[in-house]
Amino acid sequence: MTTTATTDTDMAHDDHGHHGPATGFKRWLFTTNHKDIGSMYLWFAFIMFLTGGSMAMVIRAELFQPGLQLIDPDFFNQMTTVHGLIMVFGAVMPAFTGLANWMIPMMIGAPDMALPRLNNWSFWILPFAFSILLMSFFLGGAPNFGWTFYAPLSTTYSNGSTAFFVFAVHIMGISSIMGAINVIVTIMNMRAPGMTYMKMPLFVWTFFITAYLLIAVMPILAGVVTMLLTDTYFGTSFFNAAGGGDPVLFQHIFWFFGHPEVYIMILPAFGIVSTTIPAFSRKKLFGYSSMVYATSSIAFLSFIVWAHHMFTTGMPLVGELFFMYCTMLIAVPTGVKVFNWMATMWRGSISFEVPMMFSIAFVILFTIGGFSGLMLAMAPVDFQYHDTYFVVAHFHYVLVTGSIFSIFAAAYYWLPKWTGYMFNETLAKTHFWCSLISVNLLFFPMHFLGLAGMPRRIPDYALQFADFNMWVSIGGFAFGLSQLIFLAVVIKCIRGGAPAPAKPWDGAEGLEWTVPSPAPYHTFATPPKID
Amino acid sequence: MQESTNKKTNVLIRKLMIVVVSMFGFGFALVPLYDVFCDITGLNGKTDTEAAQVNDDGIDTTRNIKVQFISHITPGMSWEFRPEIAEVSVHPGETKIVKFYAKNVTSVSMMGQTVPSVAPGEAASYFKKIECFCFEQQSLAGQEDVWMPLRFYIDPEIPDDVTMLTLSYTLYDITAKIES
Repeated sequence: MTTTATTDTDMAHDDHGHHGPATGFKRWLFTTNHKDIGSMYLWFAFIMFLTGGSMAMVIRAELFQPGLQLIDPDFFNQMTTVHGLIMVFGAVMPAFTGLANWMIPMMIGAPDMALPRLNNWSFWILPFAFSILLMSFFLGGAPNFGWTFYAPLSTTYSNGSTAFFVFAVHIMGISSIMGAINVIVTIMNMRAPGMTYMKMPLFVWTFFITAYLLIAVMPILAGVVTMLLTDTYFGTSFFNAAGGGDPVLFQHIFWFFGHPEVYIMILPAFGIVSTTIPAFSRKKLFGYSSMVYATSSIAFLSFIVWAHHMFTTGMPLVGELFFMYCTMLIAVPTGVKVFNWMATMWRGSISFEVPMMFSIAFVILFTIGGFSGLMLAMAPVDFQYHDTYFVVAHFHYVLVTGSIFSIFAAAYYWLPKWTGYMFNETLAKTHFWCSLISVNLLFFPMHFLGLAGMPRRIPDYALQFADFNMWVSIGGFAFGLSQLIFLAVVIKCIRGGAPAPAKPWDGAEGLEWTVPSPAPYHTFATPPKID
Repeated sequence: MQESTNKKTNVLIRKLMIVVVSMFGFGFALVPLYDVFCDITGLNGKTDTEAAQVNDDGIDTTRNIKVQFISHITPGMSWEFRPEIAEVSVHPGETKIVKFYAKNVTSVSMMGQTVPSVAPGEAASYFKKIECFCFEQQSLAGQEDVWMPLRFYIDPEIPDDVTMLTLSYTLYDITAKIES
């Protein structure tokens, strides 16, 4: 793909002086600029990451020793619940939406997102959603029924936070749906001439598919929380056996949303490393079209595997076999991806810049998380692992060392483009090594704890788990502190540093590198030419 | 050019909104779909809500199936509720009667409703109740007690791998619901 720089016309366009950024707070409140909104999404996600992270610190502090030391079990449950909700809906999803806002228009040669005002709104309702959720801490207690909010824990036995929780989730859902519609319309209608679907960068492809998953399943989430609300406050019996409902139905509907949701949180990560690995291996991505097909098949399969979260609910054998085999089938397209990344690196002239380090760590550690997922997919084995720390280890490997490491890779990869300065490499490498070592100290022993039978979501544990839990907690504190290094790198990079050229990574490809660094407020007002 | 793009955008947004709205509806449609699906497969362990005919398919004396009885009382329900025996062994097709004891230990009159559930779920549709207190609501005056009969048989068509099943009754307080 060869591209023609169009920056001269962009500069001329800016010189007219119309639509420059407004000044002060109003710039951020009223902005319809995809770059401003992208930045706000990313900052919001980082603040939520630290908020959810501090809750994890509370959890790990309580679990540092056996027995109840710091907090009571009810508050512990509130911590695990809100930690999960914030990390899923407040940190990972907005971070990906932020990256999509910043990069998709620049990658497809569009001047902005297709629906800029909607874009502003989908961001600005998010802080309200999370204020409502966090407010519940001060109004009788936050949700304490787990982020999966199983009925009847969230209905009959709720501590009164169900309404706050439901309204917060509704707002988050509306925000995600609007964001997804925006992405789909942008990608389908605003590609530069010549940018055919099979020429789109893989990050655009993965987010395109993710957006479809979002509009398909976020409405289901909205529906299930609405049923929860009416069950709790208006006397309906969707999930209440006394009125003819069924609590297991809740789990079916929830996981029909929940399983595609986990791919919403990992497909964009696949797109990111499919961008960075070729750049630092100085080779084309191996098997571009197989990557597109693999992503689509993962998205399709995600709709027919939901009950593997429910093997222990007393399903008939046929059901368990069906969901077990379908789940294992997902390993095939995922394996295609992992082998493609390896084949891309094979005989490439690799250099280890920070984004590449995070990407390689992603491939290895995500694969570990994938393998433990394969173990959990086996129904007979799952009866042993269900609701133990093995599950916790599994999903933190795919979400922290998977999704979040890919977000770090993306942030380091595009920071020079965003700020116009190179980041401090020594500090960034320190962030990488501290994160890598501490995250494994944090999550790897959880596998052993789970296999030995330590249940999840419990504030206390049997004495034989004490040593591992202490190590896990130390890893947790270290990982939490390491993220402050990232904050320092980003702030330093915004304030100055070595000026970044338009294309700071010599192997990088794509339209975003044809505009100067920092990217001008308006890019591609005239579409670039793509041959 | 600009106009046609706008039109294209509007059409696309409308299509996507239809997807969103219909998926929201699909979430609710899952509720009756699940009921129908469970009716056919017995997936959720729910037994028939109407009395079955007396068995006339004969008794399969070559097989024995253990039937266990358990009772649950929901929080806030102040009745005693228990089966007279914990377990019986039956041949498929053989009719048995088991009595359940309920006592209202409060001094006011209350209404109760029991909801049955069979595990494993695939056995639920073969568990035939000819007479069951779960088909109706129980009204007990203060301190009143009652022995409630359950007359059942197991359909001889039940799969061979089912050698034991558990029938669980959960007792709910529906006094407030009936009054309102």
